[in-house]
Amino acid sequence: MKRTLENIEEQFETFQILNEEGKIVNEDAMPDLSDEELKEIMYRMVYTRILDQRSIALNRQGRLGFYAPTAGQEASQLGTQFALEKEDFILPGYRDVPQLIWHGLPLYQAFLFSRGHYHGNQMPEGVNALSPQIIIGAQYTQAAGVALGMKKRGKKSVAITYTGDGGTSQGDFYEGINFAGAYQAPAIFVVQNNRFAISVPVEKQTAADTLAQKAVAAGIDGIQVDGMDVLAVYAATKDARERAVNGEGPTLIETLTYRYGPHTMAGDDPTRYRTEEMDNEWEKKDPIVRFRKFLEEKGLWSEEEENEVIEKAKEEIKAAIKKTDEQPKQKVTDLIGNMYEELPAHLQEQMEEYKAKESK
Amino acid sequence: MAQMTMIQAITDALRVELKNDENVLVYGEDVGQNGGVFRATEGLQKEFGEDRVFDTPLAESGIAGISIGLATQGFRPVPEIQFFGFVYEAMDAINGQMARLRYRSGNTQTAPITIRSPFGGGVHTPELHADSLEGLIAQQPGMKVVIPSGPYDAKGLLIQSIRDNDPVVFLEHMKLYRSFREEVPEEDYTLELGKANVVREGNDVTLITYGAMVHSSLKAAEELEKDGIDAEVIDLRTVMPVDFDTIIKSVEKTNRVVMVQEAQRQAGIASYVVSNVQERAILHLEAPILTVAAPDTVYAFTQAEEVWLPNYNDIIEKVNKVINF
Repeated sequence: MKRTLENIEEQFETFQILNEEGKIVNEDAMPDLSDEELKEIMYRMVYTRILDQRSIALNRQGRLGFYAPTAGQEASQLGTQFALEKEDFILPGYRDVPQLIWHGLPLYQAFLFSRGHYHGNQMPEGVNALSPQIIIGAQYTQAAGVALGMKKRGKKSVAITYTGDGGTSQGDFYEGINFAGAYQAPAIFVVQNNRFAISVPVEKQTAADTLAQKAVAAGIDGIQVDGMDVLAVYAATKDARERAVNGEGPTLIETLTYRYGPHTMAGDDPTRYRTEEMDNEWEKKDPIVRFRKFLEEKGLWSEEEENEVIEKAKEEIKAAIKKTDEQPKQKVTDLIGNMYEELPAHLQEQMEEYKAKESK
Repeated sequence: MAQMTMIQAITDALRVELKNDENVLVYGEDVGQNGGVFRATEGLQKEFGEDRVFDTPLAESGIAGISIGLATQGFRPVPEIQFFGFVYEAMDAINGQMARLRYRSGNTQTAPITIRSPFGGGVHTPELHADSLEGLIAQQPGMKVVIPSGPYDAKGLLIQSIRDNDPVVFLEHMKLYRSFREEVPEEDYTLELGKANVVREGNDVTLITYGAMVHSSLKAAEELEKDGIDAEVIDLRTVMPVDFDTIIKSVEKTNRVVMVQEAQRQAGIASYVVSNVQERAILHLEAPILTVAAPDTVYAFTQAEEVWLPNYNDIIEKVNKVINF
């Protein structure tokens, strides 16, 4: 359903299914998920939280490079991804590595991406995605193009892309949602509103009350979702996907979420711009805590099970980082070799020069 | 063979490739229904349908950005930036994104995109239409930059650019669009990218140039001949990569070089070519290499453009200097 300029506040009221206590507050919207699927979502959220903790530790030991922490955003990241099919195409931002992993990128390659090795960006056959985007918002226009291409090919699939609250200030954000709207292309634009673009609060990004309402100007559907509620995120994405593949156009989904950690591990100190009270308030909304309560109530989850996931995650991460270490280091000649399909003469000369340097 | 203007040759090249390869898409602002502001895409939407030849919203970054997305779906996009002065809007999508896709993805994804765009001075355009900005793209590893000097070259180079599996910026000098006709084969043919063309052979001095300045250089060469100076003129055709083999071969014969470009002098193609020539052939040089270029200002408003633009007299002056050194 297309939103209008009237009653913005009502139209963009936050969509929630599971409240902070783990109780269903919106039975009608409850998605059709089997017990196994519910458990799988929990498995992935717990696993991803451990991955985040281990990644931070590995970064501090100097064993990982660029890393943007994900804790707090599991419901937004994994709830959207869980609603996708294998043939759907992900265009992630740099914090969206978990979605790639659950879409099929091997863990050791995610670590290689962190280390700045191109093999981390070589999507295995059948994993439909681009590597994480560094420039804020650039993936939005590209997603419109992927979706337009799918439409032209007659595919029943979607392009899904992610940015944060800061990303909605970029020109490419508007161009992306506008192009997709103009072409009625099957795209899902996710804004993970974690309240801060590094240090700048969302109130300083825009005078708009919600980010989802930016959909109105583009003439596309938009929804604001409780981004700590994995069921609501999943349901909203599933719905957006269905409408997209039915030719009903793109959707903008704003998820209200929070990153517990720093912006990246490169020296950001959140105490400079966030209060402890705010951190505590958001931790009460934690996506894993509330989903655990919900599952335990249904008799689908136990401490024992959770510990098994934690152990499994730790083991797999350990094995993956070992494999990461075993990969040959990236060379300058790799760079030169991957600039063009065929090396132009000036790069052939430079290739020889660097081959000689690298063999010393 | 038909007599064609450069704009007709460009339309013809697009038609050939739209026919040859169903993955080719042609789009941009006013490109569909209207056939482009210069009529470069005249009749193509009618012939190939709106699915393949289409109008876009008015947003250059979006036009370049969707091209990358379309490439992931196996298309071979040929977008148009309406005037190359508007490219600043799309600089991230071009230099920051499509140029890097091959490397970034470890050679698993490519951007076989050809961005066509008019540029160049002498046709009384408003600001930010005529500037020679090829250097901005040529400076970006991963990009190729092609600039034809006439109808025959335009068709062969454009077809080859579209078939190339790396991103190409294909710049069309507006003054050349309709200034003369040339024999252009009706069938498809290609001209290799990265290969220069010796458009006039000579023994006394080498003029290295591209785009509209090829014609100014040829005119200068004709005038110089009256004074007994025999100039060789090299049309680079592709300013990235540059064909240094052809250049050096010529320099070894003439021992004197004048580099000619329409762009302002600072940090551009001329600087790149000249530094390479001196590095590769200094012992063959009898005189310093001189450059004919526009002054280091932004492109002149219409009233000053005739003086701002380099012309054949400027070229003759520099040639005389290197001959008499």
